[in-house]
Amino acid sequence: MQKQPSEPMTNCKHPNKTKVLFGPVATIFSSTKTGTWRIVKPVVDQEKCSFCGNCQKYCPTDVVTIQKETENRGVSFDFDYCKGCGICANVCPKECIAMIPERGE
Amino acid sequence: MMRKMLDGNGAVAEAMRLAKIQVVSAYPITPQSPISERLADFVADGSLNAKYIRVESEHTAMACAIGAQLTGVRAGTATSSVGLALMHEVIGVAAGCRVPIVMPIVNRALVSPWSLWCDHQDAMAVRDSGWLQFYVENAQEVLDMTLMAYHIAEDQRVQLPAMVCLDGFFLSHMTDVVIVPDQETVDCFLPPFKTHNLYLDPNDPMFINDLTPPDDFTEMRFQQQDAFDKALKVIPEIMDKFTVMFGREHFMVEPYCCEDAEAVLITMGSMSGTAKHTVDQLRKEGKKVGMIKILSFRPFPVDLLRQYLAKVPRIGVLDRSASLGAESGPLSIEVRAALIREKDQQDIFSFIGGLGGRDVPPETMEKAFNLLLADKPLRNTVWVDVKENALNIREVIV
Amino acid sequence: MLQMNTTAKGLVAHGISTCIGCGLELAARVILDVLGKNTVIVIPPGCAALFSGYGKETVTAIPGIQSNLGNVAAYAAGIRAGFEVQGRHDINVLGFAGDGATVDIGIQALSGALERGDKIIYICYDNEAYMNTGIQGSGSTPPHAWTTTTPAGKTARRKNMVEIVKAHSIPYVATASVGYVDDLRKKVENAKVSGGPAYIHVHSPCPPGWGFETDKTIQLARLAVQTRSWILCEIVDGVTKLTHPVPKPKGVEEYLQTQKRFGELSPEELTAIQEEVDKEYNKLLKHL
Repeated sequence: MQKQPSEPMTNCKHPNKTKVLFGPVATIFSSTKTGTWRIVKPVVDQEKCSFCGNCQKYCPTDVVTIQKETENRGVSFDFDYCKGCGICANVCPKECIAMIPERGE
Repeated sequence: MMRKMLDGNGAVAEAMRLAKIQVVSAYPITPQSPISERLADFVADGSLNAKYIRVESEHTAMACAIGAQLTGVRAGTATSSVGLALMHEVIGVAAGCRVPIVMPIVNRALVSPWSLWCDHQDAMAVRDSGWLQFYVENAQEVLDMTLMAYHIAEDQRVQLPAMVCLDGFFLSHMTDVVIVPDQETVDCFLPPFKTHNLYLDPNDPMFINDLTPPDDFTEMRFQQQDAFDKALKVIPEIMDKFTVMFGREHFMVEPYCCEDAEAVLITMGSMSGTAKHTVDQLRKEGKKVGMIKILSFRPFPVDLLRQYLAKVPRIGVLDRSASLGAESGPLSIEVRAALIREKDQQDIFSFIGGLGGRDVPPETMEKAFNLLLADKPLRNTVWVDVKENALNIREVIV
Repeated sequence: MLQMNTTAKGLVAHGISTCIGCGLELAARVILDVLGKNTVIVIPPGCAALFSGYGKETVTAIPGIQSNLGNVAAYAAGIRAGFEVQGRHDINVLGFAGDGATVDIGIQALSGALERGDKIIYICYDNEAYMNTGIQGSGSTPPHAWTTTTPAGKTARRKNMVEIVKAHSIPYVATASVGYVDDLRKKVENAKVSGGPAYIHVHSPCPPGWGFETDKTIQLARLAVQTRSWILCEIVDGVTKLTHPVPKPKGVEEYLQTQKRFGELSPEELTAIQEEVDKEYNKLLKHL
C-alpha cells in the first residue's frame, strides 16, 4: 500500500490560502535565462580533466557540475545560465577547457 | 493608575514604556533628549525590557527602528527639528514598507536661523512622507495620543507609521499633572504587536524594499493613500475605545464655542489651550468667537472641518510654521483646500505666528480674532506677531 | 510563502543580471553558502542590489531588506537587536555592501555599530569604485586609477578600511579575495563564530570597471595578492596574522598593466606605486 506523503507536494503549506501584502516586497524566487548572453561557450576535453574542481569552485554563476562516478563521469554546464565568461578555462590547471564561439565558426 | 507630575517628555517616555517597546534607538537632541535619557533609565532599572541601541545619529536611529520592528517587536525612537531632517530619506522606508513605528516629535524650528525652540516646521517639512501626524495640546494628551497611536498605526486597516507631535519646551518641558494608567489596563487596550504585512524571518523568507517597477509604484502609493482614508474611520474608533477604558475623550477635530461663532480660529498644538482661554475672555466682552483644535493633521479631517465650519462666516488659521514662498502657512493651505467648494475663499484668513520659540500669548490671539471680526477683509497672510522693524533688526556700524 | 519558480544549487538562483565574469557574484554565493539559510541579509543600492530583486521577483532565498546607501550597518544593528530581545540569537545578520556604501557614505553607521559591539557580520565587496552607477571614484579607488570622476587618474590615496575597522577593537577583522575561495570560506566561518561584530573586506575585480577580459577575474584577483597589492590577513582579537604570506612578490606592473583603468603608467609612477605597496606590506609585517 502506498504511504501518504507527510509533506504536501507543493512548495506552499496551504496551496489554496492567499493573502495580500502591501508595499515593495519580492516573494517569488526566480532566475533569468542568462545563457542567452553567451558569445563563447566552454567545452571540456574530458580526457585531460583531473577533476580538481577549480572550474566549479570559481564559476560565478555556479553552473558547473562535476560527476566523479563512472556513469556520466565528467564536467557539465547548465547552459541555460552559463554566461560564457571563460573563468573556468582560465583557472583550469590542465588548460583542458576551450571557449568556442557559441554560434559555430 | 497614578497621578504623576510629568512634563511632555516624561509623558512620552511613560507611554512608550506602557506600550512595551522592545528596541530603543533614540539619539539625543534638544528638546527631546530627556526622552532618550528616561528610556535609558527604564531599561537600566528593568521597568522596560528592551535593547537600547545607543545610536550615533538619527539617520541610524530610524534604520535601526525599521530593522527591529520588521523582526516582530515594537521599536521606539523620538526626535526633533534637524534630527528629523537627518532622518528624511529613511522615514520614507517606514512609510512605504508600512512599518507602524510610533515616533514622538518634539517640535522645534528647522535651521537656519539656528533655533532650539518651538515651531512646527520640522514636522511640516515631512507632512507628505506617508506618516500619520497628530499635534497634541497638553501633557495628558501626549501620553494618551501616544498610546492610541500604537493602536491606530498597527490596525490592519491602517499599517502606517505615526508621528505624535508635541511643542518643544512649551509641552516637552512644562510639568503638569498626568494620569498614568496601569499596565494591566493598557494591556487590555493595546493588543500585543504582531507583524501582519512584511517581516524578516528565516522561517518564511521574503525580500523587502526591493526595486519597484513603474508598473507597480503608483499602486503602492495608492495603497498608502487608501490606508489614510481608512484611518479617518479607525482613529475615532480607537478614540472611543480609549474613552471607554480610560474615561478621557479625544477628538480628531475639537470645536470650542463654534455653534454661534462669527469668527473661528483654527490652531494645532499647545497654543490651542491659549486659544480656548482667549475665546472665553472675548466671549465675556460679548464677542462671538470660537476656536477649533486639529489633533489629526494626517489624515486631514476634511469632512469634520466642513461640518463644524458650515455656518461660520469668518475663519482664521494660525500656523506655527511658514511655508516659505507659498500663499500661506501649510495648515492654512490645507484648510482652504478642504473648504474650497463650501466657502468663499475670501472668508478664510491666514495667520503665521509663534515661530522659533516665540510665545503665543492671549494678546496675539486677541489680535488675530479682532482682525477676523473687523469689517475690512484681510488680504495676504498676516504675520500676526512680527515686529514693525522686521527688515532692520541687524543694523550695524560699518 | 516564497514561491520557488526556479531551482538552485544553493540559496542564490543561477540566472542573475550581474556582469559576465563578475567577482561579486562569486563572493555572494560563497558567503551565503557558508552562512546558510538561518541568515538575514541587508543590501544597499549598488551592484549587490541585483540580489535584492526587482518587483515581485528575487534571486535570494533568504529574508532580506534593501537599505539606503549609507545605513547598511544601522539596519543590520536594528535587525540584530530585534532578534536578540526575542531570544533568537542563532540568526546570522549580514550586511553586504560595496566599497562606496562602506568606505564613504556608510562609514558612520558602520563605525557606530562596531563601537557598540552590535553582533553583525559586515562584508564589504570591494570593486574599487561606484560600479553600479557607472564607475565613479570612491574612497577605495586606488591611486592612478581611471574612473568617470577621476578621468585623469585618481590623485588621492585610498582609505585603509582594515586599519579603520581594526581601530574599533572588534573580535574579528579579515581581508579576503574572490581569487582565494577556500580562504574566503574559512574567514566567513570564522566571522560567523566570532561572537561579536565581524568585518571582512573582499577584493572583487570588476571586468567593465577595471578594463579587462571577463575570463581574467580570478587571475587578476590572484595577481593582486601575488604582487602584495592586496594583502590577505586576519585580525583576531587585535592580533594580526598574514593568511597568505607573499615572501617573493611579483612586480606590481604585472598586476596594474593588465587593467585598462591604469592606462600607461610612467616608470616613475610605477616605482612610486611599488614603493608604496612594499611599504604597506612591511608595515603590516611589523604588526605581527
